[in-house]
Amino acid sequence: MPEVHKKLERSAIGFVLAIIGVASIGGIVEIAPLFTIDDTVEQVEDMRVYTPLELAGRNIYIREGCYACHSQMIRTLRDEVERYGPYSLAVESQYDHPMLWGSKRTGPDLARVGGKYSDEWHVQHLIDPRSVVPESNMPAYPWLARNELRIDDKPGHLRAMRAVGVPYTDEMIANASRDAFGQAFPDSPMADGVAERYGTDTNIRAFDGHRPSLTEMDALVAYLQVLGRLTDAAYRTNGRDGEEE
Amino acid sequence: MAIGEKDPITGRNTTGHEWNGIRELDTKVPRIVIYSLVALTLFSVVYWILMPAWPLGTTYTRGLLGIDQRDSVERAVERAAMEREVWAEKLRTLELTEVRDDPQLMAIVRESGRTLFGDNCAACHGMEATGSPGYPDLTSGSWLWGGDPDTLLETLRVGINSTHPETRFAQMPAFRRDRILNTGEVSAIVSFIRSKAQGIEIVSELDEQGVEKGQELFAQNCASCHGDDARGTPELGAPDLLDGHWVHGGDRVTLFTSIADGRQAHMPHWDGRLGELERRILALYVVDLASRDQEVAGHE
Repeated sequence: MPEVHKKLERSAIGFVLAIIGVASIGGIVEIAPLFTIDDTVEQVEDMRVYTPLELAGRNIYIREGCYACHSQMIRTLRDEVERYGPYSLAVESQYDHPMLWGSKRTGPDLARVGGKYSDEWHVQHLIDPRSVVPESNMPAYPWLARNELRIDDKPGHLRAMRAVGVPYTDEMIANASRDAFGQAFPDSPMADGVAERYGTDTNIRAFDGHRPSLTEMDALVAYLQVLGRLTDAAYRTNGRDGEEE
Repeated sequence: MAIGEKDPITGRNTTGHEWNGIRELDTKVPRIVIYSLVALTLFSVVYWILMPAWPLGTTYTRGLLGIDQRDSVERAVERAAMEREVWAEKLRTLELTEVRDDPQLMAIVRESGRTLFGDNCAACHGMEATGSPGYPDLTSGSWLWGGDPDTLLETLRVGINSTHPETRFAQMPAFRRDRILNTGEVSAIVSFIRSKAQGIEIVSELDEQGVEKGQELFAQNCASCHGDDARGTPELGAPDLLDGHWVHGGDRVTLFTSIADGRQAHMPHWDGRLGELERRILALYVVDLASRDQEVAGHE
C-alpha cells in the first residue's frame, strides 16, 4: 500500500484524478441515491403549483435576498415544531426551483407564515417594519409598493419552470399574464380563471390594499400568504393535530 | 541524494527530496492516527448496521435501531404534552372563569401565555399587547367584540374578516367614497363624535362646526351599528366611539378617513394553527393582561 501511494503521489494527473474520485464519494453516497429512493419526496394529491403572481413574488423574494435572513425549513426538532408548526416535508418544496430552505435565521422561519398575519400587516411591515414591530431589525422595502409589477414576461417564467419539471399546463402558460393581474384584482374579469386553473383555495384579493395598479407588493404578499399552504400534507402527517383533542 | 539514505542525526530514512540542502525525513505516520482510523472505520460499520445508511436503488437500509427523525420529534412533542398534562387537563376542562380564580393555574397561563403571545400575536398587537394604529390595544378594556374569556376564545378561533368559514365579519362602509355622504356631512359627524368622546381636546375651530348637524346624521347613518348613544355594539364588532380608545385614531384626519373611506381590518383565525389548549391559554392571558392593566390604572 505505501508503495502504491508513493507512486500515485508522484503522478500529478493520477493524483488529481484520485482526489476527484475520493471527494465525489460523499456526493455519490449522500445525494445521488435521493433521486431514485421512493421515500425522498412524499406523494400527495393536493400539492399545487405557484400561480404566476406567487411565482413573481417568489422571484422578488429572491431578488431582495430575503432568504439570507429567513429560512423556509422547519426542522424535526420539538422546539421548532411547537413554535412554527408541523415540520417541513420535501414535497412542499417540490416546485421550488431553486429551493429557499436557507440556513440562517436572523428573522423567523417563514415556512408556515401563509395566513398567519393579515395582508395589511405584511404591507405595512414591508414598507416600515418598525412601525408594527418596534424591536425589529429588518430592512424596509418601501419601493415594493411603488414598483409596478411587470406581467408580460409571466408566460416565459412559467415555461422556464416547466422546463425543470413543474407541471404547468399550456393553458396556464397562455393565461399567465392575465392570471397574475386577476389574482390581485378580484373584481376584474381576469380574476375568473385563476381559481379555475389553480384551485378554489387560491387567495384572490387585493393584497396591497386599494392601490390602483398591480405592484411588486401584491406579488410578494401573495407569495408570503401561500407559504406552507400549497398542500395540507404536513398537517395530515404530523404536528399539532395530536394536541388538538 | 538517494532514496533510502539515512539522516545521520535521527537515524531515519529520508525521502530523497532536497531543497537548498535541506532534506526531508520519511517519518512514519504516528500510530495514534492509524489506530484512530481503524477505530473510526469500525465505528462506521457499526453505524451502518444500526442506523439508516445505504441506498438500495428505490429504498435504503433502515438500520436495526429503526431510528427515524420524524418519529423522534413526534415522540418528543408527545412527551412534552404529557408533562404539561398535569395542568393542561384542568385548563382544557374547567370553565375559563374558574381558571381565572385559580392562582396556580393563572401563574402557568402567564408564563406560557407570554411565549405564545410573543410568537403569534405580538407582531400586530405588540409585545405588551398595547397595539398600534389599526391593531387594537388589548390592555385598554375597550373591546370590539367583547372581552370576556369565552368571547375572546371564539374570536381567536375564527378571526375577524378572516378566511375561516365561521369568521366574525364587520365592515365600516366608505361613506364618502360610495357617495352616501359628502365631505361636509362627514366632517360634521367627525365634529359630533369629537364633541362627545372622552379625552379629546378641542383646539380646532373645525371641531365646533356642524356638531348639531353631525348628531342628526349620526342618528341616520351610524347609530344602527354604533348604537344611538355611540357606545358601540359588540355583537356587530362596532366600536364604542366615546370611550377615548381608538383603533385607528381619534384625530380629525384619521376619523375623517375612517368615515369617508371605510375600514375593514383583519384578524387571522387561529383554528388549525394553534390547538384548543393554546387558544384557551391565550384568551386567559389576554384577559388577565387587560384586567391587570386596569387595576394599575385604577390605583393611579
